[in-house]
Amino acid sequence: MFDQWPSLVVAVPLIAAGICAIIRYEFFCWLVSIITSLVSLSGSIFLYLTVKASGDISYKLGGWAPPVGIEYRVDIFACYLLILISLVAIAVLIYGRKLINKEIASHLRGWFYSMYLLCMCGLMGIVITGDAFNAFVFMEISSLSMYTLIALGRDKRALLASYQYLILGTLGATMYVIGVGLLFNVTGTLNLIDLSIKIQPILDTPVIKVAMSFIFAGLSIKIALFPLHFWLPNAYAFAPSVVTTFLAATATKVSIYLLMRYFYTVFGFSFGMSSELIIGIILSCSILAIFVGSFSAIFENNLKRLLAFSSVAQIGYITLGIAIANNAGLTGSMVHIFNHALMKASLFMILGAIAFQIHKDQLTLTDLSGLGKQMPFSMAAMTIAGLSLLGVPGTVGFVTKWYLIQGAMQNGWWWLVVLILVSSLLVLIYLGKIIETVYFKPASNTGIEMNELPGSTFIIILLAVSSCIYLGFDTSLTLGIAEEAVNALVPEG
Amino acid sequence: MSVYLASAILIPCLVGLFSFVSPRNGILRDIVTVSGALIHFFVIYKIYQAFSKGEFISLNVINIFPGGNIEFIVEPLGMLFSGLVSILWLLSSIYAIGYMRAHKEERLGSFFGFFAFAISATIALAYSSNLFALFVFYEILTFITYPLVSHGADTESQMGARRYILILVSSSVLFFLPAIVATYYITGTLDFKVGGIFPDATQNYILIVLSILFVYGIGKAALMPMHKWLPSAMVAPAPVSALLHAVAVVKAGVFSVLKIVVCIFGIDHFQDFGGSDWLVYIAGISIVLASSIALVQDNLKSRLAYSTISQLAYVVLAAGIATPLAIIGACVHIVAHGFSKITLFFAAGSIYLKSHIKSISKLDGLGKRMPWTMGAFGIGALGMIGIPPTAGFLGKWFILSSAVTFQDYFVLIVLMISTILNAAYFLPIIYGAFFKEEKNVPDNNHGDAPIIVIVPICITALISILLFCFPNIPVSLSYKLLGI
Amino acid sequence: MEFINDLSIYFGRINHWVTIFLIVSGLYIIITNSNMIKKLIGLSIFQTSVYLLYVSPGKIIGGTAPIISPQFEVYSNPLPHVLILTAIVVGVATLSLGLALVVRIKEEFGSIDEEAILMNSFEDQE
Repeated sequence: MFDQWPSLVVAVPLIAAGICAIIRYEFFCWLVSIITSLVSLSGSIFLYLTVKASGDISYKLGGWAPPVGIEYRVDIFACYLLILISLVAIAVLIYGRKLINKEIASHLRGWFYSMYLLCMCGLMGIVITGDAFNAFVFMEISSLSMYTLIALGRDKRALLASYQYLILGTLGATMYVIGVGLLFNVTGTLNLIDLSIKIQPILDTPVIKVAMSFIFAGLSIKIALFPLHFWLPNAYAFAPSVVTTFLAATATKVSIYLLMRYFYTVFGFSFGMSSELIIGIILSCSILAIFVGSFSAIFENNLKRLLAFSSVAQIGYITLGIAIANNAGLTGSMVHIFNHALMKASLFMILGAIAFQIHKDQLTLTDLSGLGKQMPFSMAAMTIAGLSLLGVPGTVGFVTKWYLIQGAMQNGWWWLVVLILVSSLLVLIYLGKIIETVYFKPASNTGIEMNELPGSTFIIILLAVSSCIYLGFDTSLTLGIAEEAVNALVPEG
Repeated sequence: MSVYLASAILIPCLVGLFSFVSPRNGILRDIVTVSGALIHFFVIYKIYQAFSKGEFISLNVINIFPGGNIEFIVEPLGMLFSGLVSILWLLSSIYAIGYMRAHKEERLGSFFGFFAFAISATIALAYSSNLFALFVFYEILTFITYPLVSHGADTESQMGARRYILILVSSSVLFFLPAIVATYYITGTLDFKVGGIFPDATQNYILIVLSILFVYGIGKAALMPMHKWLPSAMVAPAPVSALLHAVAVVKAGVFSVLKIVVCIFGIDHFQDFGGSDWLVYIAGISIVLASSIALVQDNLKSRLAYSTISQLAYVVLAAGIATPLAIIGACVHIVAHGFSKITLFFAAGSIYLKSHIKSISKLDGLGKRMPWTMGAFGIGALGMIGIPPTAGFLGKWFILSSAVTFQDYFVLIVLMISTILNAAYFLPIIYGAFFKEEKNVPDNNHGDAPIIVIVPICITALISILLFCFPNIPVSLSYKLLGI
Repeated sequence: MEFINDLSIYFGRINHWVTIFLIVSGLYIIITNSNMIKKLIGLSIFQTSVYLLYVSPGKIIGGTAPIISPQFEVYSNPLPHVLILTAIVVGVATLSLGLALVVRIKEEFGSIDEEAILMNSFEDQE
């Protein structure tokens, strides 16, 4: 039984999605989703412990031996993402039941849970699979369910956002699969490990370079790396707040995972290759992402869009670690995958809770005025999560900043140190804008009757925000796994 | 003993938490605050006792990542600073209760909460055993004091607080943090060690750049041109200005500078690589400029603010000279200036409380109305100028003797000019208050401030005189710091 | 001879040329059209290019279907066909979801012209 975990963590959500689609009774579906995510979470933790004890797991799907059959390959890096996804999934479900019931029409709720589980299944699948084409299939499973989830938003612009994401997302996935096809044409294999061996002698041929470019471009769309990020703000802004929380914390991270897999496992990049063209492209895109994202956030009035632009910037930090390409830098970006998920999920959850309380869908800055007195708890939580985004010492954001700066210094890139620090100050500007509105402006919505915040929502927000601080001090957990993941990905580093 | 160390940091934290949840305008909160401060003072005294017996007290909390320890350790400079903060927390919380109540301020719960948190962060900063922990608490202190500065919640305090946070955060993020990471990168450690941690082979220009980054990165030391936040922060209520912007926050700044000079660069090293050369001149210019600006300020609080800037620059100057004598001077000056300046700010708050006067030109004749307040103000002012029998004299004396010994004429001249300027902007206030007729008699014939406000003022004034007579605690601690 | 060599580059890899043509024309349609249905058509063409890219090298001239039999020695590679079967399913799903969205958009906005909708709905954002 236990050695079947690699397939179970993916199969259980898949089956549960089907069950939810058949029996569309809201509470039942919610319960099934909770149980499913719990199973996936415990499976992921079990896998982590097994991998830590006895090395990488190679699971032959259906008993077909790789490279012909599909192989599920689990190493520490994969476990890290698996735990992240299932953890976020379960937290969002507990947090969001009331919100889902409010935001989604009753006849659609069963379908909602079905799609949610499908999305989770797809994301877990991308992480766990060791097969290039299988990753594409899972990518499409998660993307298609994501488009549906986004389209469930109450604002009619959600449909448009979903459509745009569909076009761009499919373009990205297709580019990825073109890249894989080229690799397949010259090597005859789709297994990532097998590919990495067969690719070595022909690494300098144009075909590989073209394939690499296609894969990089395709995944960049999914990651929302700077010039290809246009789908993200609208998709995050108009999706239901529960969906936004889940997507912000997991979807882009998984694509980054896949990109890192290709770079380090398949193409066998090693540290200290700062002169490569592709690294130059990632570096400049990341820096532009950080600055353009932050500046857009400063001038944005719709709060969900503001946070979405801030996500674009934060993704820039993660890819920056890839571009820095040394141990400290990659550890920084690895740990930021988790930290950013935590901070952004907290912020989106709080925004969702506020929207729930003041009965408004699209929150703008003015809606927050004077809320400091009316909802002291939510606002204090938002302040803390925001400070963590800023990277104040004692919060998770600081850990990332420290590692990225150290990585940049090891490369001797002093200008990058300056840029990272200046960019973190930009966060102060949009955060300050929010905080000043919250605490200094007179209340604008005194007439509205406040909804009571459900206890479960309260607890999850409290947990998330306090772990923003706790994990900023006790980093043995996050940083420990991140360092192990870096070692798994780049053995010689 | 590490239990005491932990409780020295945790007690203010608990008091702060209690303040947040306590009922509105509860007398209970006042009792908890004052008794918490009393217990805290007792704990610090216990630590001092154990420390002076030669006990080694340390507490390792957590290792965040390699090079990033949160560890506390009792050493002379931190002991001195924490003692100062603890005494003044007790006095200023009594004062704050009187002031905030008499002033009918709102949201007292969060006020006292953040106030106590700020104390906690300051104590933690004082006991930090390495540069990383110091930076962590330095930043936390900045963010915790933001709600205090903006307590007024009107446009003026919003703007003041905005400038406050922008200058402090950007200076520390842009200069302080990279300097720390670079130090770690060069030396592989961030632990404070008397005599410095840089290997001898480090090139001079790197050290000079680092010293510039450190000194300007510590915006709280308010060395010009990083001083703009201090006058802005004066929008805060009087107790905040008194404790935080005369003592805790600004002293945290100069404390950090001093600590970095002594324990990261090492004083011998600091002179060798040329850190002294630039720092002394910058600090000297800062002293004279700030004093001159103070001379033309009519708002009492902003005159005090510029006076603080110039007095802080004394400490930085002494750190820059980096001779044992000057370091002793700096230590003594931190304490002496703390007591004198808090007296002045307390008095300014008390004047505002009763007469709503903010500008100096209207203070004439107030001495007869508020004899205790103005008397204490006079003593505080004497301490600023450095006239015996106030403790302010001692700090200047040590710095001067260092300058004379090493024939440093620049320092000599700076000290002389600034003393004259100090006298020029404080003495007329005292003269006017006691010997001039009151120009515009107020409608209500008010007397002196309530007793709960007067008592702390008088105690701080008294201590600044006593410290002149019995300076052995700060002096012996600074001897210990230098290992003499 | 050189002429024939050149020709073989152009015609010997005609499958690649067609693939490239499909990629480019698909992208072109997606970028230039603001009609949402036409965009989806472009997307489908774009995806079709992948099918060709995978399947065409799998066909070996003279090879037969990969059912082992003593009569034959050369077989085509079955893997690309299986893969592309999956890809086609994915493509169909995407297309149908896209079309469903367009139907809903038409209901809500009364138009399927992306630019027109964007002009009308995103300008009056609060």
